[in-house]
Amino acid sequence: MSKAPSSTVSLPASLAANPRLSSWIRFDSEGQVVVSPGKVEIGQGIVTALAQIAADELDIELGRVRMVRASTAGSPNEGVTSGSLSVQQSGRAIRYACAEIRQIFLAAASDQLGVAIDALEIKDGTIAGPGNISTSYWELADKIALDRDATPGAVPKQAAQRGLAGNSVQRLDIPDKVFARPRFIHDQAMPGMLHGRVLRSELCAAKLTGMAEDAARAVAGLVAIVRDGNFAGVVSETEDGAEAALKALRKGATWAAGEALPDENGLTEWLKAQPTETSVIDQRTAAAPAPTQRTVRRNYTRPYLAHASIAPSCAIAQWSCDRVRVWTHSQGVYFLRSDLSIVLQLPLEHITVEHMEGAGCYGHNAADDVALDAVLLAKAAGGRPVRVQWSREDEMSHAPFGAAMAIEIEADLDAQSEIVGWRHSIWGNGHTARPGRAAQPALLAATELAKPFPRYIATNPPQANGGGADRNSVPLYDFPSWRIESHRLLTMPIRTSALRTLGAQGNVFAIECFLDELAAERDEDPVAFRLRHLTDSRAQDVIRAAARRANWKPEKRAGIGYGIGFARYKNSGAYCAVVAEVEGAEDISVRRLTIAVDVGEAINPDGVINQIEGGAIQATSWVLKERVRFDRARITSNSWTEYPILRFSEVPEVDVELIRRPDSDPLGAGEAAHGPVTAAIANAVFDALEIRIRNLPITRDSLIAAMELSS
Amino acid sequence: MTSIRFRLNGVETDVDGDPDSSLLSILRGRLGMTGPHFGCGSGECGACKVIVGDHAVTACDTPLWSVKDKNVTTLEGLGSAEKPHPLQRALIAEQALQCGYCVSGILMSAAALLMQNPAPSAAQVKAALDRNLCRCGSHNRMVRAVLRAATEMAAP
Repeated sequence: MSKAPSSTVSLPASLAANPRLSSWIRFDSEGQVVVSPGKVEIGQGIVTALAQIAADELDIELGRVRMVRASTAGSPNEGVTSGSLSVQQSGRAIRYACAEIRQIFLAAASDQLGVAIDALEIKDGTIAGPGNISTSYWELADKIALDRDATPGAVPKQAAQRGLAGNSVQRLDIPDKVFARPRFIHDQAMPGMLHGRVLRSELCAAKLTGMAEDAARAVAGLVAIVRDGNFAGVVSETEDGAEAALKALRKGATWAAGEALPDENGLTEWLKAQPTETSVIDQRTAAAPAPTQRTVRRNYTRPYLAHASIAPSCAIAQWSCDRVRVWTHSQGVYFLRSDLSIVLQLPLEHITVEHMEGAGCYGHNAADDVALDAVLLAKAAGGRPVRVQWSREDEMSHAPFGAAMAIEIEADLDAQSEIVGWRHSIWGNGHTARPGRAAQPALLAATELAKPFPRYIATNPPQANGGGADRNSVPLYDFPSWRIESHRLLTMPIRTSALRTLGAQGNVFAIECFLDELAAERDEDPVAFRLRHLTDSRAQDVIRAAARRANWKPEKRAGIGYGIGFARYKNSGAYCAVVAEVEGAEDISVRRLTIAVDVGEAINPDGVINQIEGGAIQATSWVLKERVRFDRARITSNSWTEYPILRFSEVPEVDVELIRRPDSDPLGAGEAAHGPVTAAIANAVFDALEIRIRNLPITRDSLIAAMELSS
Repeated sequence: MTSIRFRLNGVETDVDGDPDSSLLSILRGRLGMTGPHFGCGSGECGACKVIVGDHAVTACDTPLWSVKDKNVTTLEGLGSAEKPHPLQRALIAEQALQCGYCVSGILMSAAALLMQNPAPSAAQVKAALDRNLCRCGSHNRMVRAVLRAATEMAAP
């Protein structure tokens, strides 16, 4: 291994932003390698993939790697763990940092042993040369300062030289979870820990007009009742005591409703009637425009969706004079720290935010909100740590939602019904209101304080980052002209932020269903239709692979339908094609999803397949079941009964083919399946029942509504 | 306050407390168990499942008084890294989870199933797990893991 001669080679972005090698990698005295990524485990298995990368580059056994959870006390700042970017960003940084560190140690070993670097070999951290001479990372570690910046030009191993990355290894976190060893923040016990609960109305953005405290004060174990404007909560010696005090406080509280919510039955009209900021996302003009014979217009919608993690959000905070330490399952410890600093008016150095695992995280949920709740309640705890956990009801009604979308597509068709023009318009709230991005905080309690901050109106990330509402709205198909525009709402009575795929699920649903319809009108096979409009061979490959694996197109049987959906996530990430098999009667059941996916280099192939399977099943749940319900003042879908998700007996078989591309850049897997699965199911429903469903979810009610509309 | 005695993971356990307290709050609070997880508090998600006698129940809506003199098993009592239950081994072998928060409840439902039906079909496994929610979409792997454990337990 050698340095590249050119000095123009640049560092991976995450390493350039956090160049100090020791912030990523340390050799400890126990014979372990401590790896400290800025990305966090959110149930996706990232910790294992990153450990594989480090072990490979350093030539050590995986068992020697100790992964450290991200903390503002010293971890590299890698922003937020989102967007299926962790392997690209953190993985790349660790790969290059380790490649350089390996080289530094080889050079030092060469000096010490008096042997040329080329004659040295590293095996599980022992650096050996000819004639039984050896040293190791750990023996040399004292003499080598890694408190130095990474330099461009380190050359990581080629795919063929890697022993771990590219192989399915067992995830490092699973044994703890299977053997009941505390790993989740919910299960952490700290000395002297108290329990807090926050009083929130079921009304959205409610004002606390009165609060009788006597009954709560009488509850055994009560430590404090906290009130600051519309924010109120209790702190107790025990969790039971906190629950009991909260119940008593709730009885004595009176509320006034906040901003009125829209009519859930007129959501599309409402979305289109709000003040908006319009952006033209992309435009393509044909050099020689073909004459349009007719124009077809279709409208698609998706509802607000809940994160609905199995665990309610939880955080622990502890004050020490004017410094506070916070434990959180936030996706971005540094971003959360920024927002806490604004709310608390404390310098950043006075706040330490450390990650601890929570339940599966599918985007910006209430993790950051409950962290501020804990910080506020812990002020009254006399320096003891306070653990705060939300209720299921609050989790389902006060956490941010994935934004509802109304999408209108028009296709101009020529005399042969070929597409000559394409217009795609999106209406909806922004898809991100994450903390740490603006001069105002995005944390719920910040809007409830006596001196409140305004509610942060969700925006959309720029196209360069994959966009938000517009994510995947620009067709990958070679239509001669198009215009894509996005109308972002400037009002936000229902709180929205990032949920897995942002706008991609809605846009892929709309594009892929419309294409299916246009292909059917031409009597053309939808697979052939797509292939003929694509030029990217990797896109064609996944479509062909999924079709082949599903024996496209199986013979027609009564009540059974098959449909296809395809997308390249963010138009720059993983390629995914899905064939859905559904059975349609009064209800739709999805029997099987056959998926082909290309994520570039797959560090842990089974981990990738697990993510794709999970994404496919979650998307099936979104499509068949999920819709946030509300009246004019409150979210009403605040329980599993009111917000059902897919159950074991309803889960389809999922068959995944991973196309291996070990020499390509890794592309991430967590969000690739949602859009294609959504479209494939809707297209299969048409194949089974000859009903086009353009409004999600696909339920008995929506089938009836669509039938009425078409009759 | 009443003293209620039950066997927790094989150990005689006395709890002085309100007999109407939820079993989950006693297990997690007083008794320091972290196997059963709080998910909803109303018996809808199954994250808190434990085995009482030979049935899996949601501990969050099971009152303390109802387990008097009974055997209560939590994930801590199912097996350990040193002596794993076949289900725990199978779950690892199938890598049958993503976040793992629901897994404790899933394992207890599955263990109760295998006590009653040592050779279930895939459909029977799904039916037995139907009141456990998983949000990450690991269902199919979990079903495979339960079937694998059943096969292993049936082997002579």
